[in-house]
Amino acid sequence: MKTVVVVVVFFVLAILHQDVWNWDNKHLWFGFLPAGLGYHSLYSLIAALFWFIVSKVAWPHKTEEWAEQGDPVEAPAPATPGRRD
Amino acid sequence: MTTFYILVGYLSLLIGLGVISNRFFKGTSADFFVVSRSVGSFLLLMSIFGTTMTGFALVGSTGKAYTSGIGVYGLMASWSGLIHSAVFFAVGIKLWAVGKRYGYVTQCEYFRDRFESPRLGFLLFPILVLLVIPYLLVGVIAAGKFIQPTTAGLFPEAFPMPDLPNGNPHPLNGGVPPAIGSGVICLIVLFYVFFGGLRGAVWANTFQTIVFMITGLIAFVMISKNLGGLQAASQAVAESEFASQRLGREGMIGKLQFLSYCFVPLSVGMFPHLFQHWLTARSAKNFRLTVVAHPIFIMIVWLPCILIGIWAAAHLGPLGPGQTANSVLGRMVGQLVHSPVLSGLVGAGVLAAIMSSLDSQFMCLGTMFTNDIVIKKFGANRFSDTQKIWIARGFILAVVAVTYGLSIYLKDSAHVFDLGVWCFSGFAALFPLVFASVYWKGVTKAGAYACILSTLVVWCVLFYCDIIAEKPPGAEEELLIAGMMPVTIMIAVSAVSLIVVSLISKKPSDATIRKFFA
Repeated sequence: MKTVVVVVVFFVLAILHQDVWNWDNKHLWFGFLPAGLGYHSLYSLIAALFWFIVSKVAWPHKTEEWAEQGDPVEAPAPATPGRRD
Repeated sequence: MTTFYILVGYLSLLIGLGVISNRFFKGTSADFFVVSRSVGSFLLLMSIFGTTMTGFALVGSTGKAYTSGIGVYGLMASWSGLIHSAVFFAVGIKLWAVGKRYGYVTQCEYFRDRFESPRLGFLLFPILVLLVIPYLLVGVIAAGKFIQPTTAGLFPEAFPMPDLPNGNPHPLNGGVPPAIGSGVICLIVLFYVFFGGLRGAVWANTFQTIVFMITGLIAFVMISKNLGGLQAASQAVAESEFASQRLGREGMIGKLQFLSYCFVPLSVGMFPHLFQHWLTARSAKNFRLTVVAHPIFIMIVWLPCILIGIWAAAHLGPLGPGQTANSVLGRMVGQLVHSPVLSGLVGAGVLAAIMSSLDSQFMCLGTMFTNDIVIKKFGANRFSDTQKIWIARGFILAVVAVTYGLSIYLKDSAHVFDLGVWCFSGFAALFPLVFASVYWKGVTKAGAYACILSTLVVWCVLFYCDIIAEKPPGAEEELLIAGMMPVTIMIAVSAVSLIVVSLISKKPSDATIRKFFA
């Protein structure tokens, strides 16, 4: 369920990237920041917030545990005993 | 000469860093290639960010904003903030996990096992190398081209240039020629990669990322101050007939082009040098800071550069003959900040951004050659750890020599910078391969081959149309297909080939599925 929510929010953010309403907006926020640039700067901050929340609620603990199991092979090769070229 | 001394001092610091990182070298190939998988959160963030931000994050973003306005931030920076972090989270952590569990060092090793095909690596290796080399060229040429104007006037006797046809002295007279500038940069990167391995690259990346972020901000503050403050600088853009259009996107960037740029950042999923950096992480938790801070770091670097770019349109006006948009940052610093110290620092920042990408790329090519070609051909037990390290060093030396030679040959070709975009598009088109490999149990060996070969064919055809074939008069400079970036078509063809062929071909063995899926 968490994964579904994360994917849905991700696609909502992707849609919000296409800010057609700002296409010809030359208004300056705070007298210096063009509206389109201000919007996308804010977008960057929201993207960071989104990934912060994702890393808290949907962290891939199983993948992490799986990686730590068994005996990791530290030498660069052979990568997989038994199935090499 | 102050500017020159600052550049020399900065480059000397990097050599020192290479010497120090060599003292921590454990002498094993695992340490040389993946820093013994011991890198923590901060170094991982800085090295990955430094690697993904090339010299054009400072110079190119300013120049592109000068020509295309504020929409450039949306094209490159905000899309990357969302998509890069998504790739680090969804693909990077998965690949780190299989790398940690089975000891992989290169992409080809992983794909060979995942798709049960020893030959797949031999197909993929030359494609990856051919896509990385244009990326390297952009950095090496940019470094040489940047050093020459930065040092212009310092050595008039050693590097004289003929006067211009109108009798005025050549503006680059006395500057260090690109052949020497590029050569010095190659040698310095070579030095710390040669002796420090990936540890040297990670340390240097961290240091250089800090340098280019700070110097970019210093340049921004000084330039805005000398333009009368933030509000006065932007107001001048609004009042300028030439520049005001750059405050919006209408007439500068198409809506479909803006949308289809979302595919370009997917390239980070297939960059071989980023794959190697992911494997250096001590644990998956070390990815957290990278995933969260990456969009903010991109904003810190790009927002000031975009503003300087549009301010430059009002301050400098249209480009004169022989001037390029890539010189805009240098001209703004030169005209508005009369401080050789700051010019030197900004120069060091630009070189830092360039070198922080070059080092990882040199390193990954040496690693791939050793592990994917030499060890595959002669067997893992044929060479000692020390020999493997020297093989990698030898190949890195050869790659640097070839890249340097090509950079001298191509330095005046306008197409070189277009090659960079094509290199990104090629890697992005291969993204379905890596994504399917970690999420789809049903993806097959035949599907992988179909994906790689279809990407190769489509890439070559579109590359020919954009770069090699003569364009009809009045045609757009940038190739767009139905208003979209060519990468859109490439990804669509690559994904469809992968899916269709996988659905109708022999499924992977249960052993492989069990091995790669928890």
